[in-house]
Parts: sequence; structure tokens; C-alpha cells
Amino acid sequence: MNIDLSRRGFLKLAGAGVAATSLGAMGFGAAEAAEQAHVRAFKLASTTETRNTCTYCSVACGILIYSKGDVAAGEEAHVVHIEGDADHPTNRGTLCPKGAALKDTVLSATRLTQPRIRRPGSDTLEDISWEEALDKIARALKDDRDANLIETNDAGVPVNRWTSTGFLAASATTNETAWLTYKVVRSMGIVGFDNQARV
Amino acid sequence: MTNSWTDIKNTDLVVVMGGNAAEAHPCGFKWVTEAKAHRGAKLIVVDPRFTRTASVSDYYAPIRPGSDIAFLMGLINWMILNDKVQWEYVKNFTNAAFIVKDEFGWSDGLFSGYDPEKRDYDKSSWDYVIGEDGFAQIDMTLEHPRCVWNLLKEHVSRYTPELVEQVCGTPKDKFLKVAEMIGECSAVDKTMTSMYALGWTQHSKGAQNIRGMAMLQLVLGNIGVRGGGMNALRGHSNIQGLTDVGLMSNLLPGYMNIPTEKEKDWTTYMSSRSFKPLRPGQTSYWQNYPKFMVSFMKAMWGDAARADNDWAFHYLPKLDVPTYDILRMFDLMNEGKITNYFCQGFNPLLSFPNRGKVTSALSKLKLLVVMDPLETETAHFWENHGEYNDVDTASIQTEVIELPTTSFAEDDGSLVNSGRWMQWHWAAATPPGQAKRDTWIMSQIFLRMKKMYQDEGGPFPDPILNLTWNYKDENEPSAEELAKELNGRALADVFDLKDATKLLTAQGKQLLNFSQLRDDGSTMSACWIYSGSWNEEGNNMARRDNSDPDDTGAFLNWSFAWPLNRRILYNRASADMQGKAWDPSRKLIEWNGEKWAGYDVPDIAPTAKPDEVGPFIMNPEGSSRLFSRGMMRDGPFPTHMEPFESPLANVFNPEMRGNPVARVFAKDADQFATSDEFPFVATSYRLTEHFHYWTKHNRINAALQPEFFVEISEELAAEKGITKGGTVRVWSKRGSITAKALVSKRLRPLQCGDKLVHVIGIPLHWGFMGAARKGFGPNSLTPFVGDANVETPEFKAFLVNIEPATGEVVS
Repeated sequence: MNIDLSRRGFLKLAGAGVAATSLGAMGFGAAEAAEQAHVRAFKLASTTETRNTCTYCSVACGILIYSKGDVAAGEEAHVVHIEGDADHPTNRGTLCPKGAALKDTVLSATRLTQPRIRRPGSDTLEDISWEEALDKIARALKDDRDANLIETNDAGVPVNRWTSTGFLAASATTNETAWLTYKVVRSMGIVGFDNQARV
Repeated sequence: MTNSWTDIKNTDLVVVMGGNAAEAHPCGFKWVTEAKAHRGAKLIVVDPRFTRTASVSDYYAPIRPGSDIAFLMGLINWMILNDKVQWEYVKNFTNAAFIVKDEFGWSDGLFSGYDPEKRDYDKSSWDYVIGEDGFAQIDMTLEHPRCVWNLLKEHVSRYTPELVEQVCGTPKDKFLKVAEMIGECSAVDKTMTSMYALGWTQHSKGAQNIRGMAMLQLVLGNIGVRGGGMNALRGHSNIQGLTDVGLMSNLLPGYMNIPTEKEKDWTTYMSSRSFKPLRPGQTSYWQNYPKFMVSFMKAMWGDAARADNDWAFHYLPKLDVPTYDILRMFDLMNEGKITNYFCQGFNPLLSFPNRGKVTSALSKLKLLVVMDPLETETAHFWENHGEYNDVDTASIQTEVIELPTTSFAEDDGSLVNSGRWMQWHWAAATPPGQAKRDTWIMSQIFLRMKKMYQDEGGPFPDPILNLTWNYKDENEPSAEELAKELNGRALADVFDLKDATKLLTAQGKQLLNFSQLRDDGSTMSACWIYSGSWNEEGNNMARRDNSDPDDTGAFLNWSFAWPLNRRILYNRASADMQGKAWDPSRKLIEWNGEKWAGYDVPDIAPTAKPDEVGPFIMNPEGSSRLFSRGMMRDGPFPTHMEPFESPLANVFNPEMRGNPVARVFAKDADQFATSDEFPFVATSYRLTEHFHYWTKHNRINAALQPEFFVEISEELAAEKGITKGGTVRVWSKRGSITAKALVSKRLRPLQCGDKLVHVIGIPLHWGFMGAARKGFGPNSLTPFVGDANVETPEFKAFLVNIEPATGEVVS
């Protein structure tokens, strides 16, 4: 079974329990309760907490990402805070100087937000729509595969090898992205296929 | 890693050589600190530089970059001469007793069978003597002069402490101190762990560096035990996963191989993969290869992969060369032979050797597609940034399309850590602007291609038209759907192989694990080693029970570790021939008279008797290999080889340059330098405040380490008149860079025989994009040559020159 009680939820529950019992025991009245009520809430209490993994090295420290909004509920959400996951057996809540600054990578000013194209000889990147970019890419692939796929070798053995287009895969995408990438790249016959492991 | 991060706390001795875990893997290194604080473990660091790992070590020994094999063979020699050998382990769990062919030999730094024309070995003599019974011959007394143990003894006898000092520049007393500390770990109740990273891989003989330590660990009996093992500290968050899933030129998922064109059909391909046991009764688990392979072909092509068409064998590309690795691809690109190239979250302009050649190669492409969350130098390779990217923009005709992708914070799925833990994570944010997931982008490209082949036709469209694509939303398959394919499911009812009436998994259900894979087309699984990660019990990668009974460090209910949730590979070797733990205080699994049980998933058939079946179940020998037969291109034992650019001639053969079988492209050989012109050894390294070329986009990290520098010794600074904080020019035969000079005591000249060797350290985090100041990386200088077995570039040892340059002095 996967226990999925978030730390924030746990704090809320525990906090409510403590407050109810101790306030009652000490005989606090309505005035004190009213005072309690307007103390500003813990900032992270209004955020969504998500379990994630640091994107850098393969120690793979557990992290908690706090967002305004909840993507799982279909809402717009943006990251407001990232910290180490205290429940994680490897890092136990700690992070290194890179992990501790993760939020600024997610929100970096040089994040890409728009497909762009640099035309031959040009000194600028111009915006291009996804449709146009993808059409262009697919056309280039089809034309090159049609022209250069080696279907059989000199001995007449089917080799289905496409050497004139290459694909360099990532080092931080998920296994699931890797598998889909594998399917697409290999089904076309691409052999110039590598990832960062070689480097 | 054979073991896990959390297991490091169980060790008695940590050897960090070929890595710098305190800086590059800080939160994993905390388990070293834990072992030191609570177990009294010691830490040895062997490195050219007094790193931050060295600063918290119990003993530090310097070493010349690229001389690790001599050091490691020296250690094995010392262990043998001083009887620091775990004899029962060596006799029973390694191939020490196996008899080797008479024709095998070594002289002048080369093994038998060398052909200088082909730069390759005829490896036929590097093998066992096979008896009439079809099994390898052995001598358990280890007296036979041709048994592996005696050949190893002879091979390492050349690596005396004096030779180590001469080759490595490690003072003899320091080498001996390291040897004594390591020697203690041959006792059954002492163990040592090896933590290494790119300091060992980025050499023209990187794979042999690692073999050297693996052999030492076997001699000491430290593989398969808690606190032991060979622990590769992978550099990126999912580099392990991308390799597992086979995203390399010559791989299929799960460490199977793409066929070569010599394997003209399924039968031929399988004929060299029978994995017949080399000793009686051994497991030789790769005998199940056909089950893994058929299940993969079914995952790819479903009903189009059938027994009567060789499971669509010809849908797979066939290789005519060993690999179209990145070096070969960029060489072909530079020859104008590549039309289109994709970079998915990868920045080759700064990551690949000889940047001048990389720029030239990219300039010859017709189309470069970059998929990345950040603005990479590669996507901007055509943009002039003064001395930091001095290109003639107008003359570069490459079209570049830059596609914005999501980051980890906006994506669901699993990543594999160094210890093979597959950990699921969840999206926390909306992608910025128009950024899209890679799965959406790959689907769009594929669906467009498919449609064009349907509409226009074209050569051999079958593998594209028949690719399985049964997703709820064909435009963007979900992580869950893809993860379930990786695990595999039953395409027909799957029955017990020993009892045909016993239903194991019904048609359409997720398979329990890879023991249920079949070679008759009734199962599919994209990556057999991941089978078990998402079965009918649910997503095991998302498990978050962090309990750890008896504090062994196993955490069996946290995520899922491949294979089969096993946390320590070869764990059967933690027990003796009777199945009792070598060290009762470090029990892992034991034989209870009927089966194996304990703290980990046994790495052996649960009922395999301890005195009958060897622990190394993937090997046909049933044992591990001190002698690796013909499985590596550059020798069955590691032998000392100099880097391609070295200040010293090879002590065994002054004529031999670098690795004698490493692939060298003609034009690159012309760019190799000698020490007459380039007298200093350079090596690249990472800083703890930065991650490759990513964190320079991050204002905090950019502020922590704002400016590119090179590190030199006080002695070299004095010799060249370089001031602390001054500007220097460093150049090789391939390029030139300018940097601030960090003059430190962390680097000291090494006395190698009569030669004094200066080392220059070059960190690798700067470029011309992002928030940090512009700078260079080491790859402007590095040689375009790779490891003989896996083509990892030689970034860790090359030759440069240095001089003071004009520029602002900062301290």
C-alpha cells in the first residue's frame, strides 16, 4: 500500500489536535480563540505539495515541491518553494548547494517558452509555431530517410539502417520518455543514437 | 552501483579513486560520513588533486592522471605477495581455478594476437581450455601453471611499489600505506567499498581502470556483501535509466544488443547467444535471452512480430560498425555525411571533445533540432560571442529549430538512481509558455512521419507503420501507460512452465516480473530488467515505506530496485559455501537448509544449493572473472597504457602510444601532441556549486561560482611567473582558452622517475549562455579519442601549455 499522507496534511492534523486539547485544558476563552484565528497561516499551508526527485546527479535526493495551484486537479500551478524530503532514506531532507537552489533553475530567465527557428545564415532566432516547426522537422526526416535509408547491404542482407540522421538523447528525462523516444527513433532505423552515458 | 547509497554506512573502508563524491555527489557522500562517524570506517582518496573528498579523508595519496591501472595492479600484486586474499571466495566465486589456453601471453605491454595494422587483437587465445565434456577445465588447488590465478600473479608481478612510484608519481611510502589499509579488508569481517565516477571512465582505457578495481574487490572478497561492491556514481539523474532502456547505438533495452549485419537472421543472431553453462549446474541466466528478446519485439511491433517472420527481426537496424557512437557521428558530421541531428536535453558543443571540430561539424548539418528546457550553447552554436564563441555566423548554413521542453518539475515518471532504485515522481507545475513534454514532441514527429509514409509511401515503411501505438491519447501517451509497457503484460494467458494447468497471469494483466516472460509471443515487455516495477500490485516505483528492519540500509519497500527489487547485486556471495554469512554481523541472505532468505531479494534461485550453484548467475562460469576472456577489446587483464597525450613513454613499450586498440580517426591523430611542445598534463573536473552546464542558468549557483578558472600548483605558478588571480592562457594542439589562475596547494607536481609532472585542473561549468559570466570549458582543448571498448572521450588526461596573459587580477 502506498501511504500518501502529505507532510503538510500531517502538520495540519497534528496541529489541530494539539490546539484543541491544550486550549481546552488551559481554559482559554473566546478572546484567546479569536486572537489565534487571525495569526497568519503557515505560508506553505496554502500550497500544493508534490513529491519529486532532484534533477541533477544520481544520488536522486527526494524533494518536495510547493506550488500555487494544483496540476493534478487540472489547475494552473507554479513553483514557489522546493526543499528536501525528510522522509527520503537517502538524503533525509538534506540537499547540496545545487539542489537547494533548484527553484531558480525551474524559474530561470533562460527557460525556453516558445519554439524558435534560426534560418541558414541568419543571426537571430525567430518565433515559429509548433505546427510549423513539427511539420518542418518531419518533412526533413522523411526526405532524408527516403534518400538515405540503406535497405540491404552489398551481400543482399536486409539491414534497414539509417546513418545520415542522428539522435542524441537526454540524461534527465524519465524512463517513460526514454522508452517512447526509443520506439520512435529505432522504428525509423536510426543507428546514430546515444545518450550522455557515453560521455 | 552493485550496492546502494544507504548501504555505504555498512563499510569499513571507503576508497574514492576516479571520483570526488564529496563535491559531485554531496548528499550520497553523507553515507561515507555516517560510516566514519558510527562504524569507525576509514576513507582513502587517491586523486591528482587534494579534493574536498580528500580533505575529509584519513589518508590521501596523489596520482598522475591516466596511470590508475598501474596503481591498481600494484595493489593486487601487494595483496598476493602479502597473503591478503580472501582465499575461499577467490577459489569458489572467481575464475581463479580456470585453465587458460597455452597460446595466451603478454609481452612488451601487449597481449598475444596483436595486429598493429588493424589496431586490434585476435582474441582467440584469450580463453579457457575446454574439456571433452564441453566444460571449462579447472584446478581447484590453483597449482596448475596455466590457471587464471597463476597467470594473474605473473601479470601483476611487474607492478612493484617502485614501478608504481615511477609511473604514477605516488611516493612509495604512500602507496604502501594505502596497500596496507586496503589489505585489512581481505578479512571476512572487514569490507571495503569503491566509489568512482568519470575520473575513471573518461580515459582511452576507462573500462580497464574499473576492471582493475573490480578484480581487487574480488581478491578481497568484497563483492556481494553489505558495505562492499563496485559503486559507479552516475553523473546525471537518469543516465542509468536511459542506458537501461538502451538509448545507445548498439543496445536494445535491458542490455541486449542491436544485431550486426553479420547476423543475417533470427537464428544466426540467437546462435551466438546460447549462453551454455561453462561449468556443470550453473545458472547462466542469459539463457533466457530469447524470452526477453521476443517480449521486446512484441512491445515494439505487437501483432506484426510473429514466429513466422522471425519476430520482425528485419525491422531492427543492423550495424556495419561496432557503434555509431557520438565520436563517430560527429566525425561523420564533420565529413558532411549527416543531414539532420537531434539534441534532446544534451549540449554537445560543451560536452564533446575538441570543440573546434564540434563547431565545424554542426556547421555542416542541414538541420539541427534542439529539445531542451534551457537555452543551450549547442542551439546557439552559430551565434558570435566574441572570444567565447568566435564563429562567422553568416557562413553557417545550418537551420536550427529550438523546441521548449518541460523540466522535472512539470513531468511525471520514474528515474533510476545510481543504486538502481526506480523512483516515481509527480508533476508540480504547469509548463512555462508553450513548453511541451518530450513525449508529446516525439509523438508529433512520429505521427507526422507515419502519415507521410501512409500518404506518400517510401522505402521500408513497415517498422514505422506497424509500431505499436495503443495509447488513450495518441498525441501524448501518459507516463503510466509507458511504464506499464516497460514492465510488460500477458498477451495470452501465461501458465507455469512446470505445470501447464497453473495459470500465472491472465491475458491482458500486468506480468508479475521477468520470470513470466515467454519466447512464444504470449508476453510483451519493453525492458525485461524493469519487469516487476508495475505489476498487478500497482506502481511499485511509487512505494514510500521507509522502514528498514534491523537498520541494514536495504529499504526494500521504498521504490523498486531492478532487478526484482534486489538491493545488492551478487548477494549470494555474502555467504560461504555452506550458505552462512562470511560476517555474521553483516548478514544479508543465508541458506536455511531449504532456501535462501534474509534482508534482500536473493540473487540466486531461492532453492539453489550453496555448494552447487555459483553466485555470479549471469556468467556461464557461475563465477566472476579475474580473467575476462575475449570480452574486452584491450585485454583479459588490465595492462598499463599511457594516455594518448602523455609526458611519459609507456614503461613497458616506449613505442606504444595510448591504448593500442582504441579507434583513432586519421585527422584526429594529426592533432595529438607530444610533451616537447605541450609539457603539462591537464584534467577536467566538477565543482560542488555547479551541475555541468545547467546551473549557470541559475542565479544562485552563478553567484556562488561566478567565473571560469584553472587550477595550478604554486610550483608551476612560480616557474611560469603566474600570479594568484591573474589571467592565463592555456592551449593545446586543438584550441586555446583564457581563465583566471587559481594557484593552490591542492595540486602538487609529481615526480615520475626522472620527470617532474605538473598537472593543471580545468573545471567544466562555463559557456556563453545563462546567468554566469561567459567562460570556456575544457572541451576547447581535449583530444577527440575515446575508450577502446565504449568510446568515452579521454577528458581526464591530455597535454597543454600555459602562460600568463593580460587581464584583470582578482584574488
